[in-house]
Amino acid sequence: MTRSVIRLITTPEDHRIARLAAAAIGLALIDAAIPLPLPGVKPGLSNIVTLIVLARFGWGTAAWVSGLRVIAGGILLGHLLSPGFFMSLTGAVVSLFVLAGAIHLPRRWFGPISWSVLAAFAHIAGQLLLARLWLIPHDGLFLLVPVFAVAALVFGIINGLIAARLLADPSFINTGTPHV
Amino acid sequence: MSWLSLVRRGDWLVAFIGAMLCALSFALAWQSGVAEKAIVRRGGEIFAELELSRDRQIEVTGPLGITTIAVSKGRVRVVSDPGQHQYCVRQGWLERAGEIAICAPNQISVQIAGRKEPYDSLSY
Repeated sequence: MTRSVIRLITTPEDHRIARLAAAAIGLALIDAAIPLPLPGVKPGLSNIVTLIVLARFGWGTAAWVSGLRVIAGGILLGHLLSPGFFMSLTGAVVSLFVLAGAIHLPRRWFGPISWSVLAAFAHIAGQLLLARLWLIPHDGLFLLVPVFAVAALVFGIINGLIAARLLADPSFINTGTPHV
Repeated sequence: MSWLSLVRRGDWLVAFIGAMLCALSFALAWQSGVAEKAIVRRGGEIFAELELSRDRQIEVTGPLGITTIAVSKGRVRVVSDPGQHQYCVRQGWLERAGEIAICAPNQISVQIAGRKEPYDSLSY
């Protein structure tokens, strides 16, 4: 009897994506543990990783990291395929679309902070749309728009600042993860 | 390294536009209100429009007497009516856009108006 061995051939790119996705998943778990008054208002710390990946390795890698984070985060938080999972998926997909456009803005003037704020607004816009169409089909939902908009602005700026700071750190250049 | 040095000129612009969007959303969502209304008609003409977000009770005088209509918790109902069959009273609370209670003998109706009405009218 021969033992069959299945070997996956992985590239350095795969390893990098896996490492970055792990960092994003860790931050997503911290995110979920932070108590906040309104469901849906979250700092979105894992987006810091997305922003850094976007700046260092481009949109394709960022999309991989973001997608893996949503799915693995869903498994770890136990909400895979639940409404919360689809909210998070919609937010990630819409943000990535906006980021695809945002990275073409001239870098001299628009940095990670712009990307972060734009993505945060796209995130809530996508989620509100999904919630309105599917979860809470009532216009009363739009009364919460100001709360979500302010949260998007504040957390968007904070995450963008952190990403910009880490990107400006010289020890950060090679891997995109800090050397400990 | 100061945090401010990380902010580029366009970032200020984006943040400013974001702040404007926030202000706009406050103005739109919390000033005009998205409250739905109940429309009270007497003899086919609009007698009153009641905001469903504000609880209140009104009396409408028709040919037979007084019909009382009450709004509570985003719903509306006919509390009392001088008509013989009391159909509109027994219909109970109306809460969906398009729902209507008609007190035909007293020529009074109350209907919930929404921005998008799924049906012309609902009756049971």
